[in-house]
Amino acid sequence: MRIACLTAVYELARRDQRVVFIGSDITKRSLEKFAAEIPERFFMEGIYEGHLVGMAAGLALSGKIPYLNTINTFLTRRCYEQILIDVGLHNLPVRLLGSGGGVVYAPLGPTHIANEDLAILRVIPNMTVVAPCDAEEMKRLMAQTLDWPGPIHVRIAKGGDKVVSSDARPFRIGQAIPLCDGADVLLITTGITAQIALEASALLATSGVDAGVLHVHTIKPLDAEQIASRARPVRVIVTVEEHSVIGGLGSAVAELLMETGAGQGKRFARVGFPDVFTDELGSQNEIMGKYGIAAPAVAARVLALLAGP
Amino acid sequence: MSPTGATLDERALAQRRRIIRMLERAGRGHVGSPLSVMEIIRVLYDDILHVDASRPDWPDRDRFILSKGHACLALYLVLGEKGFFPAEELDRVCKFGAMLGGHPESHKIPGVEASTGALGHGLSIGVGFALAARIDKRACRTFVLVGDGESNEGSVWEAALCASKHKLDALTVIVDYNKMQSYGSTFEVQDLEPLGAKWASFGFAVREVDGHDVAALQGIFGQLPFEAGKPSLIVAHTVKGKGVPFAEGNPEWHHKAKLTADELARLYAALGGPP
Repeated sequence: MRIACLTAVYELARRDQRVVFIGSDITKRSLEKFAAEIPERFFMEGIYEGHLVGMAAGLALSGKIPYLNTINTFLTRRCYEQILIDVGLHNLPVRLLGSGGGVVYAPLGPTHIANEDLAILRVIPNMTVVAPCDAEEMKRLMAQTLDWPGPIHVRIAKGGDKVVSSDARPFRIGQAIPLCDGADVLLITTGITAQIALEASALLATSGVDAGVLHVHTIKPLDAEQIASRARPVRVIVTVEEHSVIGGLGSAVAELLMETGAGQGKRFARVGFPDVFTDELGSQNEIMGKYGIAAPAVAARVLALLAGP
Repeated sequence: MSPTGATLDERALAQRRRIIRMLERAGRGHVGSPLSVMEIIRVLYDDILHVDASRPDWPDRDRFILSKGHACLALYLVLGEKGFFPAEELDRVCKFGAMLGGHPESHKIPGVEASTGALGHGLSIGVGFALAARIDKRACRTFVLVGDGESNEGSVWEAALCASKHKLDALTVIVDYNKMQSYGSTFEVQDLEPLGAKWASFGFAVREVDGHDVAALQGIFGQLPFEAGKPSLIVAHTVKGKGVPFAEGNPEWHHKAKLTADELARLYAALGGPP
């Protein structure tokens, strides 16, 4: 997914003089062509994320469209004030490309886990927050980043994720994509939990439960209309995210369901990381599995909600 | 260089009286800092910056960032004098619905290039300006005024590393070195010495100047860039609260949330009477 993202930046830079790439001491892989062909708009800089976000803001105030890439943990937390003020307050077209959202880097320890990025970014006015589910969707997203007004944070997943998106459905920032319909249950996802939810939907089908999946790649602006309209007919709504249950997709959907009344009389649950520092090593899937962010656990949660009081 | 011994001319006194009037109307604000940076900003806008008040977004303009945004009354005053906005705005600072606040906002105020107030942001934005100018092959220059207290922020030094790496000789940083921060002396709170040597070691071409000496400021700015291939750094020796003896170097006058009639009378008296 990262390769698809950075290749797209290179292609955008070739056709639009405003595009500038900034990396914070990241690997050369998939950047060689950009560096060689457009060196005047290619900046490989040091490990100072706060400065780089401010620098990107200065470039954007001068008419450029900077794409800034580094590891998501460092791109969202250390430089939060620069994101909020220099980019958010100024409402600038800076694109923050965060490699390794969620627990992608979990084997490297807790410092590299980004389970709160969606929460802390969506609270910033003017900010758009997007988490594509696979490399193909990343390509469709990146094509739209050129002219989207204001800042965008793109959460880049691990890579090699099963492709479940399709160009049969148009991709628009801010428009959720139904991956399958279901009369009983609505699973709402973002990023790579789309794949988990589709698997859960298949498992539920074997139990005679008809579960639809709505992929909310854009956490903000939230596709309120479609979430509410798809929530109304079902009995159970479950959000699934590789993120803390506080402040991310689940919170955003809960707020929406309460305020629109679309959640009235429904069972609702948020699947995600609880309010803890996940301190396990191991793979992304192992850690998500421990906290129930896996197809069997999601299916079981749905069945329990359906059976519940 | 020893502390500034410059004598303020009539314009400097008049500008200070006008700043006190702004504080009086606003009912609050930072007192010492605008008086510290006043001559630096005056000389930049009078003699150095290529800007046009009728076209504040002119692409080839020079850019000035007041990174220590809390000194904004001095910037507002000069922008108002130059016609970037109607001078009546100066009497509405901090009021509901007004354009001018306690820190400058670029999306509201013509002539303000970046919204500042949180310290340690302006120089990074300035590096971005200078890089964009280089990409576009524009001759415009970037000036960033940072505080000495502000220079405690690590991001200032991050930006300095990067400016030096890119040999941004169209970028000039001015340090308002009044040697006071909010609590007290910089030597007490966080010593920056040797300040000029620090910037030189970061790859800047460094000069020092009396930051209240108009002719000296004109002279030093006229020498820019100091060295081809290096960003420039001016250590401007200043006095916080300059022109008001009882406020000079007195941390009590960093910020006032409420100015009494007696205090206002004393301020005006020190500056030759109300405007």
